[in-house]
Amino acid sequence: MAAENEAHGPLAQFEIRELVPIHIGDFNLSYTNSSLWMTITLVLTVLLFTAGMRGRAMVPGRMQSIAELSYEFVANMIRDNVGNAGRPYFPFIFSLFMFIVLGNLLGMVPYSFTFTSHIVVTFAMALVVFIGVTVVGFATHGLGFIKFFIPSGVPLPLLFILVPIEVLSYFVRPVSLSLRLFANMMAGHTMLKVFGGFVVGLGVWLGWAPLLLIIALTGLEIGIAFLQAYVFAVLSCLYLNDALHMHH
Amino acid sequence: MVRAASGPASGLPGRMGCGVSDRSKNSDDRDALRRLEAELKRARELSKIAPRRDEAAGPPAAGLGMALRIGVEMVAGVCLGAGVGYGLDRWLGTSPWLLIVFFFLGAGAGGLNTYRAITGAGFGLLGGGDASGENERDEDGS
Repeated sequence: MAAENEAHGPLAQFEIRELVPIHIGDFNLSYTNSSLWMTITLVLTVLLFTAGMRGRAMVPGRMQSIAELSYEFVANMIRDNVGNAGRPYFPFIFSLFMFIVLGNLLGMVPYSFTFTSHIVVTFAMALVVFIGVTVVGFATHGLGFIKFFIPSGVPLPLLFILVPIEVLSYFVRPVSLSLRLFANMMAGHTMLKVFGGFVVGLGVWLGWAPLLLIIALTGLEIGIAFLQAYVFAVLSCLYLNDALHMHH
Repeated sequence: MVRAASGPASGLPGRMGCGVSDRSKNSDDRDALRRLEAELKRARELSKIAPRRDEAAGPPAAGLGMALRIGVEMVAGVCLGAGVGYGLDRWLGTSPWLLIVFFFLGAGAGGLNTYRAITGAGFGLLGGGDASGENERDEDGS
Protein backbone atom coordinates (compact mmCIF):
# COMPACT_ATOMS: atom_id res chain seq x y z
CA MET A 1 0.00 0.00 0.00
CA ALA A 2 2.91 2.35 0.71
CA ALA A 3 3.35 4.26 -2.50
CA GLU A 4 6.92 4.82 -3.63
CA ASN A 5 6.67 8.55 -4.14
CA GLU A 6 5.49 9.36 -0.62
CA ALA A 7 7.37 10.03 2.57
CA HIS A 8 8.38 6.90 4.43
CA GLY A 9 8.04 8.04 8.00
CA PRO A 10 7.33 5.47 10.66
CA LEU A 11 3.83 6.91 11.01
CA ALA A 12 2.96 6.77 7.31
CA GLN A 13 1.59 3.26 7.82
CA PHE A 14 -1.30 4.61 9.89
CA GLU A 15 -2.50 6.95 7.19
CA ILE A 16 -6.13 6.53 6.17
CA ARG A 17 -6.69 6.56 2.44
CA GLU A 18 -10.02 6.85 0.74
CA LEU A 19 -10.36 4.00 -1.71
CA VAL A 20 -13.96 4.69 -2.71
CA PRO A 21 -14.92 8.25 -1.79
CA ILE A 22 -18.50 8.45 -0.55
CA HIS A 23 -19.72 11.80 0.73
CA ILE A 24 -23.29 12.06 1.94
CA GLY A 25 -24.19 15.50 3.19
CA ASP A 26 -21.54 16.58 5.66
CA PHE A 27 -20.54 13.01 6.41
CA ASN A 28 -17.51 11.37 4.93
CA LEU A 29 -18.55 7.74 4.61
CA SER A 30 -15.74 6.77 2.25
CA TYR A 31 -14.59 3.23 1.95
CA THR A 32 -11.02 3.52 3.23
CA ASN A 33 -8.08 1.18 3.54
CA SER A 34 -9.18 0.73 7.14
CA SER A 35 -12.60 -0.45 6.00
CA LEU A 36 -10.97 -2.67 3.44
CA TRP A 37 -8.98 -4.51 6.09
CA MET A 38 -12.01 -4.78 8.34
CA THR A 39 -13.84 -6.37 5.45
CA ILE A 40 -10.95 -8.76 4.88
CA THR A 41 -11.00 -9.65 8.58
CA LEU A 42 -14.72 -10.34 8.50
CA VAL A 43 -14.50 -12.43 5.34
CA LEU A 44 -11.57 -14.40 6.78
CA THR A 45 -13.44 -15.04 10.02
CA VAL A 46 -16.49 -16.29 8.18
CA LEU A 47 -14.34 -18.41 5.87
CA LEU A 48 -12.42 -19.85 8.79
CA PHE A 49 -15.56 -21.05 10.49
CA THR A 50 -17.59 -22.13 7.48
CA ALA A 51 -14.80 -23.74 5.47
CA GLY A 52 -12.98 -24.96 8.56
CA MET A 53 -16.00 -26.66 10.06
CA ARG A 54 -17.40 -28.07 6.83
CA GLY A 55 -15.63 -31.39 7.31
CA ARG A 56 -16.85 -31.86 10.91
CA ALA A 57 -14.21 -34.57 11.23
CA MET A 58 -13.73 -36.47 14.47
CA VAL A 59 -10.01 -35.88 14.08
CA PRO A 60 -9.88 -32.21 13.07
CA GLY A 61 -7.63 -30.93 10.35
CA ARG A 62 -5.69 -27.68 10.64
CA MET A 63 -8.52 -25.32 9.84
CA GLN A 64 -10.99 -27.19 11.99
CA SER A 65 -8.46 -27.20 14.85
CA ILE A 66 -8.11 -23.44 14.68
CA ALA A 67 -11.87 -23.01 14.62
CA GLU A 68 -12.43 -25.42 17.51
CA LEU A 69 -9.55 -24.09 19.59
CA SER A 70 -10.66 -20.50 19.30
CA TYR A 71 -14.23 -21.49 20.09
CA GLU A 72 -13.16 -23.41 23.19
CA PHE A 73 -10.75 -20.68 24.22
CA VAL A 74 -13.49 -18.07 24.31
CA ALA A 75 -16.03 -20.48 25.81
CA ASN A 76 -13.63 -21.26 28.67
CA MET A 77 -12.84 -17.59 29.10
CA ILE A 78 -16.52 -16.76 29.54
CA ARG A 79 -17.14 -19.73 31.84
CA ASP A 80 -14.18 -18.87 34.06
CA ASN A 81 -14.87 -15.16 34.24
CA VAL A 82 -18.65 -14.83 34.05
CA GLY A 83 -19.95 -18.29 34.77
CA ASN A 84 -23.15 -19.79 33.47
CA ALA A 85 -24.97 -16.47 33.29
CA GLY A 86 -22.52 -15.34 30.62
CA ARG A 87 -23.59 -17.95 28.10
CA PRO A 88 -26.06 -15.78 26.17
CA TYR A 89 -23.25 -13.29 25.56
CA PHE A 90 -20.90 -15.83 24.01
CA PRO A 91 -21.60 -14.81 20.39
CA PHE A 92 -20.80 -11.19 21.16
CA ILE A 93 -17.56 -11.85 23.03
CA PHE A 94 -16.54 -14.41 20.46
CA SER A 95 -17.11 -12.06 17.51
CA LEU A 96 -15.29 -9.31 19.36
CA PHE A 97 -12.33 -11.53 20.10
CA MET A 98 -12.06 -12.93 16.59
CA PHE A 99 -12.38 -9.49 15.02
CA ILE A 100 -9.63 -8.02 17.18
CA VAL A 101 -7.28 -10.98 17.09
CA LEU A 102 -7.54 -11.36 13.30
CA GLY A 103 -7.27 -7.61 12.80
CA ASN A 104 -4.15 -7.51 14.94
CA LEU A 105 -2.59 -10.52 13.25
CA LEU A 106 -3.44 -9.32 9.74
CA GLY A 107 -1.75 -6.07 10.69
CA MET A 108 1.48 -8.02 11.01
CA VAL A 109 1.35 -8.93 7.32
CA PRO A 110 3.67 -6.61 5.39
CA TYR A 111 1.88 -3.83 3.45
CA SER A 112 -1.33 -4.44 5.33
CA PHE A 113 -3.16 -1.94 7.48
CA THR A 114 -3.76 -2.38 11.21
CA PHE A 115 -7.20 -0.96 11.89
CA THR A 116 -6.85 -1.65 15.63
CA SER A 117 -4.08 0.96 15.72
CA HIS A 118 -6.68 3.70 15.42
CA ILE A 119 -8.37 4.86 18.58
CA VAL A 120 -11.59 5.58 16.68
CA VAL A 121 -11.97 1.88 16.02
CA THR A 122 -10.96 0.65 19.46
CA PHE A 123 -12.96 3.32 21.26
CA ALA A 124 -16.03 2.46 19.22
CA MET A 125 -15.67 -1.18 20.22
CA ALA A 126 -15.03 -0.26 23.85
CA LEU A 127 -18.08 2.00 23.83
CA VAL A 128 -20.25 -0.81 22.49
CA VAL A 129 -19.02 -3.00 25.34
CA PHE A 130 -19.49 -0.24 27.89
CA ILE A 131 -23.01 0.73 26.82
CA GLY A 132 -24.01 -2.89 26.38
CA VAL A 133 -22.73 -3.84 29.83
CA THR A 134 -24.50 -0.87 31.42
CA VAL A 135 -27.76 -1.81 29.70
CA VAL A 136 -27.35 -5.41 30.85
CA GLY A 137 -26.70 -4.18 34.39
CA PHE A 138 -29.84 -2.06 34.49
CA ALA A 139 -31.87 -4.76 32.77
CA THR A 140 -30.93 -7.43 35.32
CA HIS A 141 -30.94 -5.33 38.49
CA GLY A 142 -33.25 -2.47 37.61
CA LEU A 143 -32.45 0.72 39.44
CA GLY A 144 -30.59 -1.38 42.03
CA PHE A 145 -27.66 -1.25 39.65
CA ILE A 146 -26.98 2.25 40.99
CA LYS A 147 -25.90 0.60 44.24
CA PHE A 148 -22.91 -0.50 42.20
CA PHE A 149 -21.55 3.01 42.70
CA ILE A 150 -22.15 3.14 46.44
CA PRO A 151 -19.52 1.25 48.40
CA SER A 152 -21.01 -0.54 51.38
CA GLY A 153 -20.03 0.11 55.00
CA VAL A 154 -18.79 3.64 54.41
CA PRO A 155 -19.67 6.57 56.70
CA LEU A 156 -21.93 9.15 55.07
CA PRO A 157 -19.44 12.06 54.74
CA LEU A 158 -16.98 9.87 52.88
CA LEU A 159 -19.66 8.96 50.35
CA PHE A 160 -19.44 12.47 48.92
CA ILE A 161 -15.89 11.70 47.82
CA LEU A 162 -16.19 8.00 47.12
CA VAL A 163 -19.28 8.00 44.93
CA PRO A 164 -17.77 10.41 42.37
CA ILE A 165 -14.61 8.32 42.38
CA GLU A 166 -16.64 5.15 41.81
CA VAL A 167 -18.61 6.76 39.01
CA LEU A 168 -15.43 8.07 37.40
CA SER A 169 -13.75 4.70 37.73
CA TYR A 170 -16.73 3.19 35.94
CA PHE A 171 -16.44 5.71 33.13
CA VAL A 172 -12.70 5.14 32.89
CA ARG A 173 -13.39 1.62 31.65
CA PRO A 174 -14.03 2.34 27.97
CA VAL A 175 -11.14 4.80 27.96
CA SER A 176 -8.61 2.38 29.37
CA LEU A 177 -10.01 -0.50 27.32
CA SER A 178 -9.62 1.34 24.03
CA LEU A 179 -6.42 3.15 24.97
CA ARG A 180 -4.68 -0.10 25.80
CA LEU A 181 -5.39 -1.83 22.51
CA PHE A 182 -4.77 1.24 20.37
CA ALA A 183 -1.56 2.28 22.17
CA ASN A 184 -0.07 -1.20 22.07
CA MET A 185 -0.77 -1.72 18.41
CA MET A 186 0.40 1.72 17.37
CA ALA A 187 3.53 1.68 19.51
CA GLY A 188 4.48 -1.78 18.32
CA HIS A 189 4.08 -1.01 14.65
CA THR A 190 5.87 2.30 14.96
CA MET A 191 8.75 0.62 16.72
CA LEU A 192 9.05 -1.98 13.98
CA LYS A 193 9.18 0.73 11.32
CA VAL A 194 11.73 2.77 13.28
CA PHE A 195 14.02 -0.22 13.58
CA GLY A 196 13.41 -0.95 9.91
CA GLY A 197 14.70 2.55 9.23
CA PHE A 198 17.80 1.78 11.29
CA VAL A 199 18.53 -1.26 9.15
CA VAL A 200 18.48 0.84 5.99
CA GLY A 201 20.37 3.72 7.60
CA LEU A 202 23.18 1.62 9.02
CA GLY A 203 23.71 -0.25 5.78
CA VAL A 204 25.35 -3.60 5.22
CA TRP A 205 28.01 -3.39 7.94
CA LEU A 206 25.97 -2.51 10.98
CA GLY A 207 22.45 -3.03 9.73
CA TRP A 208 22.28 -6.66 10.81
CA ALA A 209 22.08 -5.67 14.50
CA PRO A 210 18.71 -3.91 14.28
CA LEU A 211 17.64 -6.57 11.79
CA LEU A 212 18.11 -9.22 14.48
CA LEU A 213 16.15 -7.04 16.86
CA ILE A 214 13.35 -6.71 14.31
CA ILE A 215 13.07 -10.48 14.11
CA ALA A 216 12.70 -10.65 17.89
CA LEU A 217 10.28 -7.70 17.91
CA THR A 218 8.14 -9.31 15.22
CA GLY A 219 7.75 -12.34 17.44
CA LEU A 220 6.89 -10.11 20.37
CA GLU A 221 4.40 -8.18 18.28
CA ILE A 222 2.61 -11.33 17.19
CA GLY A 223 2.41 -12.28 20.86
CA ILE A 224 1.06 -8.84 21.72
CA ALA A 225 -1.43 -9.04 18.88
CA PHE A 226 -2.92 -12.13 20.44
CA LEU A 227 -2.52 -10.94 24.01
CA GLN A 228 -4.26 -7.62 23.49
CA ALA A 229 -7.24 -9.31 21.87
CA TYR A 230 -7.30 -11.65 24.85
CA VAL A 231 -7.11 -8.79 27.33
CA PHE A 232 -9.89 -6.92 25.54
CA ALA A 233 -12.15 -9.97 25.59
CA VAL A 234 -11.31 -10.88 29.20
CA LEU A 235 -12.02 -7.36 30.41
CA SER A 236 -15.31 -7.35 28.53
CA CYS A 237 -16.09 -10.59 30.36
CA LEU A 238 -15.14 -9.09 33.72
CA TYR A 239 -17.27 -6.01 33.12
CA LEU A 240 -20.14 -8.25 32.10
CA ASN A 241 -19.61 -10.28 35.25
CA ASP A 242 -19.75 -7.11 37.34
CA ALA A 243 -23.00 -6.10 35.68
CA LEU A 244 -24.60 -9.51 36.06
CA HIS A 245 -23.48 -10.35 39.58
CA MET A 246 -22.75 -6.92 41.02
CA HIS A 247 -20.16 -7.79 43.58
CA HIS A 248 -17.15 -5.65 44.16
CA MET B 1 -17.66 -36.75 32.95
CA VAL B 2 -16.79 -39.66 35.17
CA ARG B 3 -20.12 -39.51 36.87
CA ALA B 4 -21.97 -39.15 33.65
CA ALA B 5 -20.27 -42.28 32.33
CA SER B 6 -20.59 -44.34 35.51
CA GLY B 7 -24.15 -43.29 36.26
CA PRO B 8 -26.00 -45.69 33.98
CA ALA B 9 -23.40 -48.40 34.53
CA SER B 10 -23.84 -48.41 38.30
CA GLY B 11 -27.58 -48.41 37.84
CA LEU B 12 -27.50 -51.58 35.78
CA PRO B 13 -26.40 -54.17 38.35
CA GLY B 14 -29.12 -53.07 40.70
CA ARG B 15 -31.78 -53.82 38.14
CA MET B 16 -30.25 -56.83 36.45
CA GLY B 17 -28.36 -58.61 39.20
CA CYS B 18 -31.40 -59.54 41.29
CA GLY B 19 -30.25 -63.17 41.60
CA VAL B 20 -28.54 -65.04 44.44
CA SER B 21 -25.10 -63.45 44.43
CA ASP B 22 -26.55 -60.00 44.37
CA ARG B 23 -24.30 -58.53 47.02
CA SER B 24 -21.00 -60.05 45.87
CA LYS B 25 -21.72 -59.16 42.28
CA ASN B 26 -22.53 -55.67 43.32
CA SER B 27 -19.23 -55.25 45.13
CA ASP B 28 -17.42 -56.82 42.17
CA ASP B 29 -18.96 -54.30 39.91
CA ARG B 30 -18.12 -51.56 42.29
CA ASP B 31 -14.50 -52.65 42.37
CA ALA B 32 -14.41 -52.70 38.62
CA LEU B 33 -15.94 -49.30 38.50
CA ARG B 34 -13.45 -47.97 41.00
CA ARG B 35 -10.61 -49.36 38.94
CA LEU B 36 -12.10 -47.84 35.84
CA GLU B 37 -12.42 -44.55 37.58
CA ALA B 38 -8.79 -44.64 38.70
CA GLU B 39 -7.77 -45.52 35.18
CA LEU B 40 -9.81 -42.68 33.78
CA LYS B 41 -8.32 -40.28 36.27
CA ARG B 42 -4.83 -41.33 35.27
CA ALA B 43 -5.64 -41.00 31.59
CA ARG B 44 -7.07 -37.60 32.20
CA GLU B 45 -3.97 -36.52 34.12
CA LEU B 46 -1.92 -37.62 31.12
CA SER B 47 -4.14 -35.87 28.65
CA LYS B 48 -3.92 -32.71 30.69
CA ILE B 49 -0.61 -31.99 29.02
CA ALA B 50 -2.33 -31.35 25.73
CA PRO B 51 -4.62 -28.49 26.80
CA ARG B 52 -1.82 -26.94 28.81
CA ARG B 53 0.32 -26.70 25.75
CA ASP B 54 -2.45 -24.81 23.99
CA GLU B 55 -2.42 -22.31 26.78
CA ALA B 56 1.36 -22.19 26.89
CA ALA B 57 1.13 -18.55 25.93
CA GLY B 58 -0.82 -18.07 29.15
CA PRO B 59 1.40 -17.74 32.21
CA PRO B 60 4.38 -15.67 31.02
CA ALA B 61 2.34 -13.59 28.57
CA ALA B 62 -0.44 -13.12 31.11
CA GLY B 63 2.07 -11.38 33.36
CA LEU B 64 2.99 -9.05 30.52
CA GLY B 65 -0.68 -8.41 29.82
CA MET B 66 -1.19 -7.56 33.48
CA ALA B 67 1.72 -5.11 33.38
CA LEU B 68 0.39 -3.37 30.28
CA ARG B 69 -3.08 -3.31 31.73
CA ILE B 70 -2.07 -1.64 34.97
CA GLY B 71 0.02 1.03 33.26
CA VAL B 72 -2.85 2.09 31.05
CA GLU B 73 -5.34 1.87 33.91
CA MET B 74 -3.46 4.47 35.95
CA VAL B 75 -3.01 6.88 33.06
CA ALA B 76 -6.58 6.56 31.78
CA GLY B 77 -8.04 7.55 35.15
CA VAL B 78 -6.08 10.78 35.32
CA CYS B 79 -6.76 11.58 31.65
CA LEU B 80 -10.49 11.06 31.95
CA GLY B 81 -10.67 13.01 35.22
CA ALA B 82 -8.79 15.96 33.76
CA GLY B 83 -10.85 15.79 30.57
CA VAL B 84 -14.16 15.78 32.43
CA GLY B 85 -12.98 18.62 34.66
CA TYR B 86 -11.84 20.68 31.70
CA GLY B 87 -15.09 20.09 29.84
CA LEU B 88 -17.21 21.01 32.85
CA ASP B 89 -15.10 24.10 33.41
CA ARG B 90 -15.65 25.30 29.87
CA TRP B 91 -19.34 24.58 30.13
CA LEU B 92 -19.92 26.18 33.53
CA GLY B 93 -17.17 28.79 33.34
CA THR B 94 -15.67 27.83 36.68
CA SER B 95 -12.12 27.53 35.44
CA PRO B 96 -9.90 26.16 36.91
CA TRP B 97 -11.63 24.72 39.96
CA LEU B 98 -13.45 21.73 38.50
CA LEU B 99 -10.36 20.77 36.52
CA ILE B 100 -8.40 20.57 39.77
CA VAL B 101 -11.11 18.67 41.62
CA PHE B 102 -11.69 16.18 38.82
CA PHE B 103 -7.98 15.72 38.24
CA PHE B 104 -7.64 14.35 41.76
CA LEU B 105 -10.89 12.40 41.55
CA GLY B 106 -9.66 10.87 38.30
CA ALA B 107 -6.35 9.99 39.89
CA GLY B 108 -8.32 8.32 42.68
CA ALA B 109 -10.44 6.45 40.16
CA GLY B 110 -7.33 5.32 38.31
CA GLY B 111 -5.78 4.13 41.55
CA LEU B 112 -8.98 2.33 42.46
CA ASN B 113 -9.15 0.58 39.10
CA THR B 114 -5.51 -0.41 39.39
CA TYR B 115 -6.12 -1.79 42.85
CA ARG B 116 -9.14 -3.75 41.58
CA ALA B 117 -7.17 -5.03 38.63
CA ILE B 118 -4.51 -6.43 40.93
CA THR B 119 -6.74 -7.85 43.64
CA GLY B 120 -10.32 -8.70 42.86
CA ALA B 121 -11.71 -8.06 39.46
CA GLY B 122 -8.53 -8.91 37.62
CA PHE B 123 -8.35 -12.53 38.67
CA GLY B 124 -8.96 -13.62 35.11
CA LEU B 125 -5.57 -12.31 34.11
CA LEU B 126 -3.68 -13.21 37.25
CA GLY B 127 -4.94 -16.78 37.35
CA GLY B 128 -3.12 -17.73 34.18
CA GLY B 129 -3.60 -20.96 32.27
CA ASP B 130 -3.22 -23.39 35.17
CA ALA B 131 -6.02 -22.14 37.34
CA SER B 132 -8.50 -21.97 34.48
CA GLY B 133 -7.50 -25.44 33.41
CA GLU B 134 -8.14 -26.70 36.94
CA ASN B 135 -11.52 -25.01 37.06
CA GLU B 136 -12.52 -26.53 33.79
CA ARG B 137 -11.73 -30.03 35.09
CA ASP B 138 -13.68 -29.48 38.27
CA GLU B 139 -16.74 -28.24 36.48
CA ASP B 140 -16.58 -31.10 34.05
CA GLY B 141 -16.29 -33.64 36.82
CA SER B 142 -19.18 -32.55 38.95
